[in-house]
Amino acid sequence: MAVLKVHGSPFSTAAMRVVAVLYEKGLEFEFVPIDMKAGEHKSEAFLALNPFGQVPAFEDGDLKLFESRAITQYIAHEYASKGTQLICPDSKKMAIMSVWMEVEAHQYDPHAGKLCFELFFKAKFGMTTDPAAVEDLEGKLGKVLDVYEARLSQSKYLGGDCFGLADLHHLPTLHYLLGTSAKKLFDSRPHVSAWVVDITARPAWAKVIAMQKS
Amino acid sequence: MATPVKVYGPPMSTAVSRVLACLLEKDVNFQLIPVDMSKGEHKKPDYLKIQPFGQVPSFQDESISLFESRAICRYVSEKYANQGNKRLYGTNPLEKASIEQWLEAEGQSFNPPSSALVFQLAFAPRMKLKQDLGVIKQSEEKLAKVLDVYEQRLGESRFLAGDEFTLADLSHLPNTQYLVSVTEKGEMFTKRKNVGRWWSEISGRDSWKKVVALQKAPPPKSA
Repeated sequence: MAVLKVHGSPFSTAAMRVVAVLYEKGLEFEFVPIDMKAGEHKSEAFLALNPFGQVPAFEDGDLKLFESRAITQYIAHEYASKGTQLICPDSKKMAIMSVWMEVEAHQYDPHAGKLCFELFFKAKFGMTTDPAAVEDLEGKLGKVLDVYEARLSQSKYLGGDCFGLADLHHLPTLHYLLGTSAKKLFDSRPHVSAWVVDITARPAWAKVIAMQKS
Repeated sequence: MATPVKVYGPPMSTAVSRVLACLLEKDVNFQLIPVDMSKGEHKKPDYLKIQPFGQVPSFQDESISLFESRAICRYVSEKYANQGNKRLYGTNPLEKASIEQWLEAEGQSFNPPSSALVFQLAFAPRMKLKQDLGVIKQSEEKLAKVLDVYEQRLGESRFLAGDEFTLADLSHLPNTQYLVSVTEKGEMFTKRKNVGRWWSEISGRDSWKKVVALQKAPPPKSA
């Protein structure tokens, strides 16, 4: 079998999204660290893998891909028979999961991603959190989570009855936000809270976090 | 003949027009159901039942109800794989992987700045809202960087995902149409040689011309 490679940083939410799928599927892979502090993601060598100069980049033999959500979908389909099933073989169920994958990408992530930056990453880069921005983002994310609360009162997971990509894609930003004041947004909504506890407790996710410590 | 699928929303909405383009490419009959956004119909309980975020479009096909334009496009392309444009969503896993990559690039890198520009330059004036010059400047800078990447890619490849027109290209049509035809930012596309050539090809397709005609048709009169 060809070697699977992920180029990125173990702290990058997008790279973590891809690594989570690889662990869920039990697939062997090589993690190639990219030194973002040194600007390696803007080097010619890396731009050949991702012309947008962003992590992660992914290789499966000769196939090269970027965009974490395209990579996770590729892996989930190509290796459907291995490890956890992350997509639905039934086309109608897959269409529903696809809706909530888009919701994560376009409704949830724009606010969650910026909140992660304000509440977690800014401190790492020696920058100051902007309280007005935090308040605004928490308000917007709260409205999205109200929709999630209603959805999760009718469906065990966001995408349907089973854990899948629609849920998994949230894990990296969730992980960071749970360690900040934004945790209250999730705790205050019972179905959302139960869902968060469930998906963050998955053994494959623990392996992704462990990578940050090595 | 199959019952027409239903699309809820006005064709002038970029997200609605994305779905219409896909349906036309796949020769799928549809019924366009008006949603009067000026009266807040999209935020009322009846509509929120089919789209909980209160946005257009929403979609129904027999017993399935969907939202998020790109999810609808993927579903339509899969379900009607054997009719209309059969290359729209790829015919093998490698083609599909490339299409998904560029569809994500559209959604994550192209859409945010281009959407912001469409709103500021095309919609805000119509809605008598004040423009935010800071947002316009920032969005233009971001979009320019994205188009530089596209310029390089489209010098190596006829369309974004490969040699064929696919969903990845189609997804760019709505925002670009507004920027090129209604604002002075169209030059961002037409002055870049490869991007200009690509825009000309994809916007010249029959399916897109039909969508533009639908956008120009007078809105249905309220009952």
